[in-house]
Amino acid sequence: MRAVLAPEALEAIVEELRRRDWRVVAPTVRDKAIVYDEIASAAELPVGWKDVQAPGSYKLELRDDEARFGYAVGPQSWKRELLAPSVRLLQIERTHGSFKAAEDAAEAKRTAFFGVRPCEVAAIKIQDRVLIGGSFADGDYLARRKNSFVIAVNCGEPAANCFCASMNTGPKAEDGYDLVLTEILDGAHRFLAEAGTGEGAELLAKLPQQPAADADLSAAQKVTDTAREKMGITLDRSDVRDLLLANLEHPRYDDVAGRCLACTNCTLACPTCFCTTVDDANDLSGAGSERTRKWDSCFTAQYSEMHGGGTRRSLQSRYRQWLIHKLATWNDQFDTQGCVGCGRCITWCPVGIDIREEVSAIRATQEAKP
Amino acid sequence: MAQTLTETAGSLEAMTPVPYAVTAKRQDTYDTWTLELEPVDGAPIVPGPGQFNMLYAFGVGEVPISNAGNFATDDRLVHTIRAVGAVTKALCAVEIGTVVGVRGPFGNTWPIEEAKGKDVVIVAGGIGLPPLRPAIYHVLKNRKDYGRFVLLYGARTPSDMLFLDEVKSWQRDYDVDLDLTVDAGDSDWKGKVGLVTKLIPPAQFDADDARGFIVGPEIMMKFVAQELINRDLPAESIYVSMERTMRCGVGLCGHCQIGPTLVCRDGAVYTWDEVESLVAVKEL
Repeated sequence: MRAVLAPEALEAIVEELRRRDWRVVAPTVRDKAIVYDEIASAAELPVGWKDVQAPGSYKLELRDDEARFGYAVGPQSWKRELLAPSVRLLQIERTHGSFKAAEDAAEAKRTAFFGVRPCEVAAIKIQDRVLIGGSFADGDYLARRKNSFVIAVNCGEPAANCFCASMNTGPKAEDGYDLVLTEILDGAHRFLAEAGTGEGAELLAKLPQQPAADADLSAAQKVTDTAREKMGITLDRSDVRDLLLANLEHPRYDDVAGRCLACTNCTLACPTCFCTTVDDANDLSGAGSERTRKWDSCFTAQYSEMHGGGTRRSLQSRYRQWLIHKLATWNDQFDTQGCVGCGRCITWCPVGIDIREEVSAIRATQEAKP
Repeated sequence: MAQTLTETAGSLEAMTPVPYAVTAKRQDTYDTWTLELEPVDGAPIVPGPGQFNMLYAFGVGEVPISNAGNFATDDRLVHTIRAVGAVTKALCAVEIGTVVGVRGPFGNTWPIEEAKGKDVVIVAGGIGLPPLRPAIYHVLKNRKDYGRFVLLYGARTPSDMLFLDEVKSWQRDYDVDLDLTVDAGDSDWKGKVGLVTKLIPPAQFDADDARGFIVGPEIMMKFVAQELINRDLPAESIYVSMERTMRCGVGLCGHCQIGPTLVCRDGAVYTWDEVESLVAVKEL
């Protein structure tokens, strides 16, 4: 089911979802960045903003139109909504010489993710595989995921650090959404809306709309085709796993360790990074304790800490762990790639380390060999 | 349910520690204790040999510890713990009756069924003996199902040797080719001095039809595996148990990665050919 929506119909989406008492989380402008937050009106979308990204650099600028989705991705991802940064797992109370551990009920309010980029749809699918697709599942993630409703928005204007075309995750979402929009700025400002699920079709049916004509379909196709062309292919995915695993002791890791600050920004901004730790904290009486699951990062020394010291003490080894996990060993562990090409790790790295450049540097020496 | 969710969710029943009371405690060495645990309510879990549990000390935290009990006869959990960090120190400081938490059992097992009819060569280093103990008990209990049973045990000093009386009783009662060594002896030590690898060349086993199980520090496992390979035991017939830090024990937290594998989910028992190339890379 597909239809053409006027920009005003976005308000009808928000109204309909809020009428159902769902949370609506969408891109909005805060602190000079586009962040994902609960909105009450489509007027809170970043109307007329674009983002200018470069390694270690992000800024918002005004556009000369009223595009609602005229930017790529900001510092946050939907990971915040699904794999929350901090979740209490257990409350543990001492009881006459024993203890009682009560799991926090994994409850989540029905939430619409409005404005999910194709690379982020891909990232959600990857985290689904990791966090609920194995023998054991993360209960809090599952509850949030079951209650999510995904309104994807295809990309028309990739930022300079975007490389979803290389990773085959965008700029057009193929599946994994309830409803997908393509914003068309060529001619009349309008959106092509296509339902991906029955629930998406149900929502679409409630919106003021026009039938989609062939001209609308080709205009929408042109949006993502143009985006794909703009990006080009900047990371050769085909053999990258074998390349990295064949070069585990590559001198490039010494080079990157000289630049990396181990600040963990890349892992926090990454929409697929899923590592967590648990923190046990006690009340002052010593009778009660709480366990909280928190985001962790393979860039810290504590991450690999064992008796006798951590297994990854050097920065070389920590960057290597992150890089090979994203582009190589993730496939072995979960039968899916770990990188979606959103470019956040490049933009939000304070020193502008570019994952594509690091791979290219390793590839260059490999190809120089006879 | 969001129709965009295509994964089938796995078990959710793994994250809450179950109360177990400490029913026995024995000091094995200056820094190592063995605890016996029984559930406060209900029946105990029954781990397979080689599996581990996440042990919880109230208010301190959790650590993965191998099962070290005799599953054939016991209805209690046995864990041998070296006091090295905050959690293991708290666990080693418990008193009889203290209640600790248990999650598990997690991970895979030693291939004890597959090893039937074959010679079994077990090589342990220091605190590496407890994770092998369930497999040893199994072989002893079903002694006639196995060929020769070689047990080589090395420790830094005689005072680091675990369960020495019990180990010697195995030799006496069950036809075990036992050989012991220490890196550095003391005035009472009459046995061999040197690395455990030196016990391998004289050991009697049929390399064409044997299985080797090794647990110890990674560097020790590496050299022991090499010695066994030198004796023509294929790398696929050599099994080791790997150790990494863990938070969840069930493949969700990411901490126990070694390159392509998650130790809690895919191990902790691996064949040597699976991990040799991983162990060879420093800090992988």
